[in-house]
Amino acid sequence: MDVRRAVRSDHFVGWAFASPAVLLILAFGLVPIVWSAILSFQKTNLLNPPQWVGLANYKALPKDPYFRQSMVHSLIYTALFVPFSVAGGLLTAVALNRKIKGIRWYRTAVFVPVVVSTIATAIIFLWVLDSHFGLANWLLGRVGLGPFGFFESPNGALYSLVAMTVWGWIGFDVIVYLAALQGIPHELIEAAQIDGAGTAGVFRNVTLPLLGPVTLFLVVWSTINAIQLFDEVYLSTNGGPGTSTYVPVLYLYKMAFLNGVAGYAAAIAYVLFAVILVLTAVQLVLGRRMVYLSA
Amino acid sequence: MTDVDASAIELPAPANERGRSLLFSRWHLVLLPIAFVMVVPLVWMVVTSLQTLNETRHYPPTLVPSSLRFKNYTDVLRDTPFTRWFMNTLLVTLASVTGNLIFCSLAGYAFARIRFFGRRVVFVLILATLMVPFQVTIIPTFLIVRQLGMIDTLGALIVPNLAGAFGIFMLRQFFLTLPIELEEAARIDGASRLGVLLKIVLPLSGPALATLAVITFLWTWNDFFWPLITIYSANNMTLQLGLATFQGAHQTNTNLLMAANVMSVLPMLLVFFVAQRFFIRGIATTGLKG
Repeated sequence: MDVRRAVRSDHFVGWAFASPAVLLILAFGLVPIVWSAILSFQKTNLLNPPQWVGLANYKALPKDPYFRQSMVHSLIYTALFVPFSVAGGLLTAVALNRKIKGIRWYRTAVFVPVVVSTIATAIIFLWVLDSHFGLANWLLGRVGLGPFGFFESPNGALYSLVAMTVWGWIGFDVIVYLAALQGIPHELIEAAQIDGAGTAGVFRNVTLPLLGPVTLFLVVWSTINAIQLFDEVYLSTNGGPGTSTYVPVLYLYKMAFLNGVAGYAAAIAYVLFAVILVLTAVQLVLGRRMVYLSA
Repeated sequence: MTDVDASAIELPAPANERGRSLLFSRWHLVLLPIAFVMVVPLVWMVVTSLQTLNETRHYPPTLVPSSLRFKNYTDVLRDTPFTRWFMNTLLVTLASVTGNLIFCSLAGYAFARIRFFGRRVVFVLILATLMVPFQVTIIPTFLIVRQLGMIDTLGALIVPNLAGAFGIFMLRQFFLTLPIELEEAARIDGASRLGVLLKIVLPLSGPALATLAVITFLWTWNDFFWPLITIYSANNMTLQLGLATFQGAHQTNTNLLMAANVMSVLPMLLVFFVAQRFFIRGIATTGLKG
């Protein structure tokens, strides 16, 4: 085959192979990203022609009490969800990483909630945490605690959300940690034991530093997901009681699709995007330093 | 992080518990409470789904129903288009999985092996979309889908999900690890690019394709936000959206709600038990969850 013709046919075949996927991503990924940026400078209800308003949407955000409240809730939620799911995942993975009787059952029990859908999880937890007939209040009552209002109380709803989402997500952290734990060479652990390190010492000085990169990944990943929380809130409290569980994406949804202020919603989306980028960058910089210092 | 050996997860490492495995391990004291908290909500869902309405409205809770009331399940099937929701979800999920396998294989192979004009720029742009959170794109995507006349049809759920940046990226990375000599030999023997992809590359890519299929399956099956925005008619709803409307309408009929819930969770659990190793690999690869 003549080289030039082969190269020309590569251009053709390459584009023929790539174009279906590229067109789909262009239409439903790249164009929306740009369009959303434009929307954030407009006033539009998605029906009438949009109106250019410059930075007005962005300027209105800091003064919007609901948006500020949403951001505060989101930060509280993230500050609780990330450590609980990551540290809880680590503890569970370490406990699961051994040959004891019934280990398969334990593992299955921890993994299963990962495949249970958000709506199913929400329905289950609304019921288990029901303030009148719920199993949780009954069990806690038997050890002298409660009763709690859980989702129905303005002070408890956000914490109930944390509990529910940790339940649903922890299996993911466990799976990732288990895979990492099993990649740790036995020689390292045995060497530390020969040097006289106890179980706790091995864990602190060998296992934990080696898990540094995985921990960093899980922290970044969980933070990104926590800031984007929507399904769980929409399906359990829908922001209530009152506005006690308003979070940014829920507010965005209500603004764009229920109240018809889509430009404002697009501005919320871009602010969130910026928050995610900044938090991720900070975590990666700080995290890398810690990972290398301890390793 | 991206390369997880699922088989390693199946077999616990011996650690330093070897030889003590027959004795009671103190780790049971950690694992039993954890397993209890993880399992009890699911068991309670099943128990409630078999209770009468009166039993659900009783405190202390009715731990053992007086009889197993399977009528709750038939009532749900009678009162809701549950089978319709199930079939819709199945159709949307299978279409998305098939679309992703085909289009991401083609594009992933092009980006891995074929030198074509604009390849690098396009690939970087595709990767960039991976970083952007979904709420940034959701409003314009809604407008585009509406412009295409697909609102309140299954097309709205299928078409935007036929290919994804993640699938392209994952398969490209996998294809790059395959020995190129095989492909070159086939090319010299006169095989076309498509022939090489179909007869040599894809047969070697079973695990990667399975992982992509599982991730797409899990993601599409459990997706909620997108159907919530694009689907209004009961007959076009997915299982998740249908269940949410059922929840709104039957907040006090807890036993029926739990029966519907059990039926919605069951198919996913069955698939999970059958394909556990692929699920675990897929989850460990990406962290996608509905």
